[in-house]
Amino acid sequence: MTRSTVKAATLPGFRLCLGATVFYLTLIVLLPLAALLHRASTLSAHQLWQIISDPRVLASLRVTFGCALVAALVDTGVGLLVAWVLVRYPFWGRRILDSLVDLPFALPTAVAGITLVTLFAPNGVLGRVLEPLGIHAAFSLTGITLALIFIGLPLVVRTLQPVLQELDPDVEEAAACLGADRLTTFRRVIFPQILPALITGFTLAFARVLGEYGSVVFIAGNMPFKTEILPLLIMAKLEQFDMAGATALGGLALLLSFSLLLLINLFKQRATSEVG
Amino acid sequence: MSIEVQKLRKSFGDFVAVDDVDLSLQSGDLVALLGPSGSGKSTLLRMIAGLETPDSGEIHLTGKEAITLSVQDRKVGFVFQHYALFKHMNVFENIAFGLRVRKQPEASIRARVTELLDLIQLQGLEGRFPAQLSGGQRQRVAVARALAPEPQVLLLDEPFGALDAKVRAELRAWVRRLHDQTGMTTLFVTHDQDEAMEVAKRVVIMDKGRVEQEGSPQDIFDRPATQFVADFVGETNHVESLSEPGLVVWGPFRFAVADLPGGLKVRVYFRPHDVYVTSDKESLQVAATITMERFKGAFIELELDLGSGKKILAHLPKGVSQASGFRVGKKVFAGITDFHVFSMDGSNKVFRAPGECLPKK
Amino acid sequence: MTSVTRTPLSHRDPAWARVSLTLAAVVLLGLLLVLPLATVLFQALSKGLGAYGSAVSDPETLSAVRLTLLAAVISVPANLFFGVVAAWLLTRYKFRGRQLLLTLIDLPFSVSPVIVGLIYVLLFGAHGWLGPWLLAHGVRVIFALPGILLATLFVTFPFVTRELIPVLESTGKDEEEAARVLGASPLRIFFKVTLPNIKWGLLYGVILCNARAMGEFGAVSVVSGHIRGETTTLPLHIEILYNEYQFAAAFAAASLLAGLALLTLLAKSIVEWYASKEGGIE
Repeated sequence: MTRSTVKAATLPGFRLCLGATVFYLTLIVLLPLAALLHRASTLSAHQLWQIISDPRVLASLRVTFGCALVAALVDTGVGLLVAWVLVRYPFWGRRILDSLVDLPFALPTAVAGITLVTLFAPNGVLGRVLEPLGIHAAFSLTGITLALIFIGLPLVVRTLQPVLQELDPDVEEAAACLGADRLTTFRRVIFPQILPALITGFTLAFARVLGEYGSVVFIAGNMPFKTEILPLLIMAKLEQFDMAGATALGGLALLLSFSLLLLINLFKQRATSEVG
Repeated sequence: MSIEVQKLRKSFGDFVAVDDVDLSLQSGDLVALLGPSGSGKSTLLRMIAGLETPDSGEIHLTGKEAITLSVQDRKVGFVFQHYALFKHMNVFENIAFGLRVRKQPEASIRARVTELLDLIQLQGLEGRFPAQLSGGQRQRVAVARALAPEPQVLLLDEPFGALDAKVRAELRAWVRRLHDQTGMTTLFVTHDQDEAMEVAKRVVIMDKGRVEQEGSPQDIFDRPATQFVADFVGETNHVESLSEPGLVVWGPFRFAVADLPGGLKVRVYFRPHDVYVTSDKESLQVAATITMERFKGAFIELELDLGSGKKILAHLPKGVSQASGFRVGKKVFAGITDFHVFSMDGSNKVFRAPGECLPKK
Repeated sequence: MTSVTRTPLSHRDPAWARVSLTLAAVVLLGLLLVLPLATVLFQALSKGLGAYGSAVSDPETLSAVRLTLLAAVISVPANLFFGVVAAWLLTRYKFRGRQLLLTLIDLPFSVSPVIVGLIYVLLFGAHGWLGPWLLAHGVRVIFALPGILLATLFVTFPFVTRELIPVLESTGKDEEEAARVLGASPLRIFFKVTLPNIKWGLLYGVILCNARAMGEFGAVSVVSGHIRGETTTLPLHIEILYNEYQFAAAFAAASLLAGLALLTLLAKSIVEWYASKEGGIE
């Protein structure tokens, strides 16, 4: 294991680097965030409660959370399938598909947004197939979830791929020698080993799609109480100059993001320390 | 509990890993497959286990045809070089795995695991996880895990390769004792000849996918059947010359070998410890000067110059060397007590006995 | 035992499972990824090549392109510079608050784009902290270029740092210390010793940073005010066109960004390939 840190005395420039970083960080990140938190704190608890318990807000929270949860779950399942195939089964064109997995990551959200709504609209390529089956994809919760599935997939796949790659083939052969068929080997040997990565992937995808805006607003229809996501509600409040409302909700969203981030980092630390 | 392998062949693309190999183990045998990297020994072992499929040939386990059986159905115990323990299960669960897969009742599982923990001397550690065990402990757990479902044979693939020298030595003795206790037919692969000679009752030497020689460790050491074996096993001197009828002349030595035709390009192998060095001339010795002295633990290695640039190595017990006052520059006398002559015409024929090494008149 | 003399793991799974799983994955990926790309192209050209050409060369579109490029050209180098500084700081020194700094740098990743826009409005807007003071001095931030730049800087901030940290941690600083002992100045150490080691991670970070800078939508949407021809970036322009039912034109503009996305993926693959040859990233 290479050493990577050293006492400040050996490598020069510590103060300079620290200063520059803190300055940049403050200007770009901390100051604006402080403005939000300050504003949010000027609201009384009662005001905050009123804003947050507004039925429209609660509905948007349900929509946002519900769709994010379902999307992250689907992403975990599909992501496992895709990662497994990409790592284990070589086939012609695998490299190209592997690169494409990053598409939702590289594609601007607005482009994804208008594309998805066009695909799933009643007269769209996929919409035409789904409508007769009773699945209304566009302007519904289904549409939101589909858009979020698109966005979150690469996170799960990319989290799982290195872990699947690192699996020891000897261990699977040992299980086979001991009499386990492939399904049993997957269930009792492989799955427990990739479970931490699955959970990490799920959480990353969940955190990512929780605040997603661009790819969702087109397909959602944005009907208040029905398909309005939290970011959109905040946007609406801003446009109506309801600064208090926007601030309160913004603070809430920020709190949620930060908590999730902490959770992920904590989980990652525990996972790496357990493996030893 | 027997293993019969006939005319087994396996290639990976252009590379022929196992080339027409026959092997036979009776019930209770303890055999080592010895050879350098790439000799095909691991591939052979894995084919017996079912982890690789041979291109042609036959495998019979306990008299029954085995090639058509899947890995899961062959009932072989396999131990890997890097243990391959299930990291997320503790010692108990690792050992119990093969039994749980066969859906044995909990009570009998517990009994069997406890029995095995005793056997491997890790009682009380069943709650530990592999990460909390030392290398030697992990490998013992791997052996117990392989033995738990009462396999027909036990196969080990370079089982001690990943361990420290001291732990290696301990586990070698342990495996030998285990075999004596359980009587299980055991086949193990190694590239360490000390290990093969020490542990196994029979050694099979492989090179480039073929069996070079098969026999007891003593046989292999004293009577190498091919040049490869003479070279690979133990340390050796080898010199080349052109034969004369019944004789090979090299420097001051004349190696007399019955039935040796003349005009053959040959190579003579003799072990350093078969070179006996004395201060006073005894019969059948030639004069030599010590040019280098190397300390090798239990013995001293001397480089002897026989004149006209011909040098050979001799191994002497430390006590003998010191008592005789051997040091660089001293003039001594050397004789060769055992040697093997191989032809280099491709037929690899070995001319052996009776033979005597005579000094040139 | 080398890997070439071993049957790969995939062969342990029965053939029917391999085929059906592969088919399922390919179909899903095709639906999820290939279909959208095809749609963009198809829709963009739905009114013919001529209409596509005029949509792309429309003055408002061009100004949107210019603004997008400007945002990228400014934010990428800025984040590159500070990203390297921050990564260097976090991997070469031990200090209290290091973990906190690490988390703060990761923060922009987890914040919703709309919130990003919101916080800048709260800071620089007409009723914000610094807004009124700046406006009084004739500096417009919100609904103008600076706001867009700041929002873009925020969302692209972590990319370079995050890519560099693992690379800097794994290359270790033995070489750098050796250079120091030999008397090299800090700047020389950085350019001659460190930089060659991290160049692939750096390139990777720049590619990702650029992709995000050009494609950012939500955050910029909030701070820009959507003033056509002035403060609309390409993603915003697409939104405007779409809301006006000019679908073909919207997709035409989208195709530019989709092309950028594909270029990004291509560049990523190339960098990964070079890096694996040299043993660079990961």
